[in-house]
Amino acid sequence: MNDLTAREKLKPAGGSPPPDQPLYATRQKVYPKAVAGPVRRAKWAVLIVCLALYYLVPWIRWDRGPGAPDQAVLVDITHGRLYFFFFEIWPQEVYFLTGLLILGAIALFAATSLFGRVWCGFACPQTVWTDLFMWVERVIQGDRNERMRLDKAPWTAEKWRKKILTHAAWLAIAMATGGAWIMYFNDAPTVLREFFTGQAGMGVYFFFWLFTGTTYLLAGWAREQVCTYMCPWPRFQAAMLDENSLVVSYRAWRGEPRGKLKGEGHGDCVDCMACVNVCPTGIDIRDGQQLECIGCGLCIDACDDIMKRLDRPIGLIAFETLKNIASSEAATRSIPPCAARTQAGMQVRHVPKFIRARTLVYAGVLTAVMGVMLGAWLLRQEVTLAVLRDRAPLYVRLADGGVRNAYTLKIANKTREAGQLTLAFESAAPLTLAIQEAPEAGENRFTVNTRADGLTEWRGLATLPAGARVQESTPVTFRLLDARGRTVARTSSVFLAPHHEEHRR
Amino acid sequence: MPTKIEKDALTGTNTTGHEWDGLKELNTPLPKWWLYVMYATIAFSAVWVILYPAFPFQGATGVTGWIAREAVVQDVAAANERMAPMMNRLRAATPQQIAADPELRAFAMAGGRIAFANNCAACHGAGGQGAVGGFPSLADDDWIWGGSYDAIHQTIAHGIRNEEDDEARTSMMPRFVADGVLTPAQVNDVASYVVSLAGDADPGQAAEAERGKPLYAENCASCHGDTGEGNRDVGAPRLNDRIWLHGADRHAIARFIANPRMGVMPAWAGRLDPATINMLTVYVHALGGGEN
Repeated sequence: MNDLTAREKLKPAGGSPPPDQPLYATRQKVYPKAVAGPVRRAKWAVLIVCLALYYLVPWIRWDRGPGAPDQAVLVDITHGRLYFFFFEIWPQEVYFLTGLLILGAIALFAATSLFGRVWCGFACPQTVWTDLFMWVERVIQGDRNERMRLDKAPWTAEKWRKKILTHAAWLAIAMATGGAWIMYFNDAPTVLREFFTGQAGMGVYFFFWLFTGTTYLLAGWAREQVCTYMCPWPRFQAAMLDENSLVVSYRAWRGEPRGKLKGEGHGDCVDCMACVNVCPTGIDIRDGQQLECIGCGLCIDACDDIMKRLDRPIGLIAFETLKNIASSEAATRSIPPCAARTQAGMQVRHVPKFIRARTLVYAGVLTAVMGVMLGAWLLRQEVTLAVLRDRAPLYVRLADGGVRNAYTLKIANKTREAGQLTLAFESAAPLTLAIQEAPEAGENRFTVNTRADGLTEWRGLATLPAGARVQESTPVTFRLLDARGRTVARTSSVFLAPHHEEHRR
Repeated sequence: MPTKIEKDALTGTNTTGHEWDGLKELNTPLPKWWLYVMYATIAFSAVWVILYPAFPFQGATGVTGWIAREAVVQDVAAANERMAPMMNRLRAATPQQIAADPELRAFAMAGGRIAFANNCAACHGAGGQGAVGGFPSLADDDWIWGGSYDAIHQTIAHGIRNEEDDEARTSMMPRFVADGVLTPAQVNDVASYVVSLAGDADPGQAAEAERGKPLYAENCASCHGDTGEGNRDVGAPRLNDRIWLHGADRHAIARFIANPRMGVMPAWAGRLDPATINMLTVYVHALGGGEN
């Protein structure tokens, strides 16, 4: 191919491709065959757990007392609150959510470096719902061969019936999916009643139809196209995998040369295509690692089944590391296909190295992020005090030559009870604080009321008497004290004054 | 034109036949549905152009008749309708009543802040800090026409020295040099005396200040008071404090006595809703200088 004449022929391209080279590929419909085995059972288990969580979690009740929603998991957009069992956060604490997303991402990296694309193959919503939709399809239209026949068959009443039934079932599942989504953002029983009486808001119906539509399209129609063409994860998974990751692999050293069972000098692969027929993305695992492979491992079940029937050891396709494949390959290169070759290849395998630099880094980052989040949660204050110093003007000159700074004080009470606290103002300079609406409770102390699950705002004016000299910037502290005098919140700010010379005049 | 399709040896993918310096382009065809999605977006845009305004010409609105400006007008109307009950209460209440009711006060402070930024900040500054040259600070504790709720409300509603409102606050300081009342030298003497009233006397100017004292008593004290304490009834600013509307130094004061410039503020009663004027009163009162 590299000789000059072949290149010469290709050279002046002129921009247009050869007429028999299409620029757009027609989709090859995939008809995955049913399969049974340990991997399939694991996949069913994960599917049931994931779907049960998704559909049932909004119905879990959690008593938070009067005036608060009793739904365990609720994102209350209108009131700006996020509830997760005992956990409740305000919009300014959304970093807890960010922390969870970071944890999720790192955990995904860690899982991928250990076991390949298990997320894609087992737990990704695209996989879970596609699996469910395929099961519906199989129940109504039959297994792979029947479905292929049905698609080729003319449009008889029976075909119409099966197709309509399939799509109706898909739509029903999709609607349940869209319907469950809106329950995470509204009180589930209420929104369900409002939904059917037509009283729910535009947003509820919009998101219901959005998620119904995407579920039906992505799990019913798009399927493996999502993984192959839309999802970014297959593109960057290569950066997380290495030779020690357990990935779905075909042991070519054992299976090749593949050939008919009756033939001579063939490896263990009998070229029965069972692995290809069950593949939900329609690929051939024997071509090696490829981006279309979602790592679901159904080909393992399919191949093991064939091997058992042929009375050969299972594991021709298995979760295996590239390192082991390479060692087995090296150890069996000179041995002709026979049972001894399989044994020799399996003997040189090592236990996969789970603890390695990459996984240690992931574990370290996971631990660190969890530590930070736990710390943030433990140090989280139920009452917070925000101090916003007026910036225009930086300070106010008073008639007698004194100087005044103004502060906006915002007290957020995250508990369910209104309370009364003492606000104390402290500074090394002879400053006096005045708060217009709060009764005084001693020198530079004020009684402030807090609103249950709400904000109260106060305006404080700190005054430096005429003649007193201070630095241009003096640290000041605002403190909230409870009835027993304990500090529940503390916030620092500064008091700004003109430069001495200017001050004097 | 290539005569045959070459397969890339490493990937097993067909090449397109395009070659640059020995590098060949692989042909990895896009799925057809992807192309159809692009066509669908083009079709969507065509529908959009028919339904919504898409061309920058007068009258080129879509068949739905939707216009961004009208949508804003509708949004504003809806917001006003939502606020109407609150605005009615604010209209009916006095500023004192608003300040005493936490709910009304919170609304008035928020609304007052916006109204202040829209209408007042141009002269009085974003935080009411004022500006030298006749724009008084509203955050300090010195008031020319009074700092009580009623006085602030009166000033905002009717303005100062404007010709549009008969109830506008008004007063006039004579142009002492231009009108021939005092000589420039006498004005300098008075200015030195005024500076000494504020407690900033320069020992070098003691003689001048001494000469200025009787002149002050004769010409200024009737409005500004014997000791410079000012008179809010006629808007004569206090002189014995550290706050100066037109500059604190002797020369600025002398210039002002010679040829004063009197500040003007428009009346807002006709321009703003009475509820807004009430909100502004509460907001300005809370800026720092409010008096009871």
